[in-house]
Amino acid sequence: MKWKRIKTVAKKEFHQIKRDLRSLILAFALPSLLLLLFGYAITLDIKNIPVAFRDQDHTQKSKEFIREFEESRYFKVKGGIYNYQKMQELLDKGKIKIGLVIPAGFAEGIYSGEEVQVQTLLDGSDGNTGTIGSGYVSGLISSYTLNVLQGEKKFLSLKPPLDYRVRVWYNPDLKSTNFIIPGLIAGIIMIIVALLTSLTFTREWERGTMEQLLSTPVKPLELIFGKFIPYFVIGEMDVIMVLLLGIFVFKVPLRGDLYLLSGVCLLYLLGATGLGILISVLTRSQLLANQIGWLATFLPTFLLSGFIYPIFNMPKPIQAITYLVPARYFIKILRDIFLKGNSIVYFQGEVVFLVLFCLAMFSLASLSFKKRMK
Amino acid sequence: MWERIKHILIKEITQIRRDKRMRFIILVAPLIQLIVFGYVVTTDVNHIPTAVVDLDHTQKSRELIALFTNSGYFDILLHTEKENEAVELLDQGKISCIIQVPRSFSRGLRKGKSTEIQILVDGTDSNTASVIQGYVQRILGDYSQAQMQKRTTRIKGAFFELRPEIMGLKSTSLKNQIRAWYNPDLKSQNYNLPAVIAMILMITTILLTSLAIVREKEIGTIEQLIVTPIKPVELMLGKTIPFIIIGYFEVFVVMGVSIFWFGIPFRGSFLLLLFATGLFLLTTLGIGLFISTVSRTQQQSLLTLVFFMMPAFLLSGFMFPIANMPQLIQYVTYLNPLRYFLIIIRDIFLKGVGIEYLWDQMLALAVIGVVILGLSVLRFRKRVE
Repeated sequence: MKWKRIKTVAKKEFHQIKRDLRSLILAFALPSLLLLLFGYAITLDIKNIPVAFRDQDHTQKSKEFIREFEESRYFKVKGGIYNYQKMQELLDKGKIKIGLVIPAGFAEGIYSGEEVQVQTLLDGSDGNTGTIGSGYVSGLISSYTLNVLQGEKKFLSLKPPLDYRVRVWYNPDLKSTNFIIPGLIAGIIMIIVALLTSLTFTREWERGTMEQLLSTPVKPLELIFGKFIPYFVIGEMDVIMVLLLGIFVFKVPLRGDLYLLSGVCLLYLLGATGLGILISVLTRSQLLANQIGWLATFLPTFLLSGFIYPIFNMPKPIQAITYLVPARYFIKILRDIFLKGNSIVYFQGEVVFLVLFCLAMFSLASLSFKKRMK
Repeated sequence: MWERIKHILIKEITQIRRDKRMRFIILVAPLIQLIVFGYVVTTDVNHIPTAVVDLDHTQKSRELIALFTNSGYFDILLHTEKENEAVELLDQGKISCIIQVPRSFSRGLRKGKSTEIQILVDGTDSNTASVIQGYVQRILGDYSQAQMQKRTTRIKGAFFELRPEIMGLKSTSLKNQIRAWYNPDLKSQNYNLPAVIAMILMITTILLTSLAIVREKEIGTIEQLIVTPIKPVELMLGKTIPFIIIGYFEVFVVMGVSIFWFGIPFRGSFLLLLFATGLFLLTTLGIGLFISTVSRTQQQSLLTLVFFMMPAFLLSGFMFPIANMPQLIQYVTYLNPLRYFLIIIRDIFLKGVGIEYLWDQMLALAVIGVVILGLSVLRFRKRVE
C-alpha cells in the first residue's frame, strides 16, 4: 500500500465530487434542512387538541367546567354547543379529536354528591394523540374534583392525601429538540453514507470506468482508502456543521466533554463510511445500491436505534435486532454526553462495539473487493 | 402513436423483468420497510422500566405500588431502599422512572396529612417523559381522590351522632367515561400502517420514475432513443405506464400484508381507495419526471429525491400531527400531496367514510397532480427537443 497512490485516487474522487457541484451543495443543504425541520417545524409535544362540548346541563357549574378546558393549553375548545349528530360529524370530518358530553344534572350531582358521568368521545385513529389527550382529560377532571372537594369542605380542614410531584431530570423543560438533535447527528451521517458513499464504486461499474481504474497499478486496498477519504471529509464537515448549529442555534446543552464527543463522532463516521464502501463494492447498479443503502443505514438509524421510538416499546424479536444497529450505541453515547454529561465509564461497552463495527466494515469491504477482482 | 408507445412499453417491461434486482426493489424492499415500520413505529408507551424506592414498607405503600404494576404501563425492575442505587440506574439509562415513597407515607395517610410522593422521570426522551407524567398523574390522582372520599365518609360517620346536619355534606365524584371511536384499543399500528402504505408507494414510484430516465442519460442510451421516430410524449408515457402498474401492484401487496398479517381493519370502499391511489400516482409520477428533467446523474436525482422526500414525509402528518406545527408551516403542508393522501387512506381504512367526506382532499390531490404533471411534461419535451 502506497500513500502516493491513495492520494491520487482521493484526488480523482475529490475532482469528481467537485464537478458535480449540485450534489455537493445538496450534501450540505440536506443536513441543514433536516435540522430546520426537526428543530422548528416538528414537535412531538401535543397541545391544542380540538375539543367540542355537548352541554346538557346548561348551568353555572357546567360552564365553569368548560372554562377549565378553555384555560388549559392542551385543549382548544370549539365554541358553541353541539348535539350528538353534529358532534359525530365533527369527529368524522376530523375537525375535533375529543367530544365531551356533560350530562343533565351535572351541577346538581356535584352538590348532592351523586356520581356524575362525564362522557369523553375520542377519535382514537391517532392512538398517540388519543392516549395523551384522554390522559389530559382525566387529569383535568380529577384536579377539578379535588378543587371542588376542597373548596366545599374548607371548614373541615381536609387536605389532599397525596402531594405528588413529578421531577424531570436531564431535560427539565421536556424540550423535544434536546432529545432529537443529538440523535439526528447519527441520521445525518447515514444520509451522506447512503446517498454518496454507497454509489462511489457502483457508479464506476455502471459507467464502465472501473476497468480503466483496474488497469492502473493501483491496488484494491489503495482504491478503497482513496475513495474513502473524500467522503469521510465531507461527512466530518457535515458533523461539525450540525454540532455547531445544534449547540449555538438550537441551544442543546452540552454537559459532557467536547473532545470525547468529537472522538466518538469520528469513530462512528469511520464505521459508517466503511459500511457505505462495503455496499458500493457489493452492488453494480446505483438504483440497487441506493435501495440497499436505504435499508441498511437509513431505516435502522431512524427506527431501530431509539432515535424517536423507545426501544423498550418494541416487540422482543425486534429489540434483539436493535443490538446489531450501530446507531443504537452511538445515539446512547450522544445523549449521555449531551444531556447527562456522563463520562466514558458509562458507555465503555458502546465504544468497544463501535470500534468492532469499524474494523468489521473495512475488512469486509476489502475482502469482498478482492474477491470481486478475481 | 399507440403503436410506438407499445414498443417502448414492451422494451421497458422486458428490461424490468430481466433485471432480477428489480424484484428486490419492487417487492422485498417495501416489505422490509412495512414490517419494520409496522412493529417499530408505535407511539404507545408500555413497559416503562421503573425502579421503586419504598422507604415505608407497609401494606399501604405496597398497595400504592401495585397500582403502578397493575396499570400495565410500568415494569418494575428494581425494589430498593437505597435511593442512590436507583439514581445510578437512571444515569445509566437502564430505567426511565423512579417512584419514591417516603417513610411517613402510611402514617400520613392515617393522620390525614398530605404526604409527598416523589417521581423522577428521565427527560432525555421528551415524548416518553410526558406520557409517563400523564400516567403518573392519572394513577396518583385517582388514588388521592379515592382516599379523600374514604376520609369524608369516615368523618361523616364520626360526626353523625354529634351533629346530624353534617350528613348533608357533599361528596363529589366526577367519573370520566372514555370511549374511543374508530380505533377503540388506541393501537397506533392501525393509524400508522395505512400511512406506511402511502409512503412506500410514494418513495418507490418517484425513485423508479426519476432514475429510469436519468439512467439512460448517464449511460448514454438516451441518444439512441431520441434518434428513433418516437416523440417525447410517447417516450414519457412508455416510461411511466410500467410504474403505474408497479405502483398498483405494490398497493395490493402492501395492503394485503397490512390487513391479513397485521390485522388492520379496513372499513371503507376499496374502489374509492383505488381511485384515490390513481390520483396520488399522478402526483408522484409528476414529481419523478420533474426530478429527472433537472438531474444529469443518478446521484443528483437521488439527492434531489431525498431533499424533496424528507420535508414531504415530515410535514405530512405521518408521525407528527400537523395541528402541532407552527402556523406558517401548516400553510406549507397544503402543498404536500402526501398530506391529502394520508387523510384519505386513513379515513378509508379506519373511519370507513365515503366520498362525501373526502371529495375536497381528492380534489386537492387532483389539482396538484395535474399541475406537477403538466409542468414536468413541458420541461421534459423542451429538454428532449
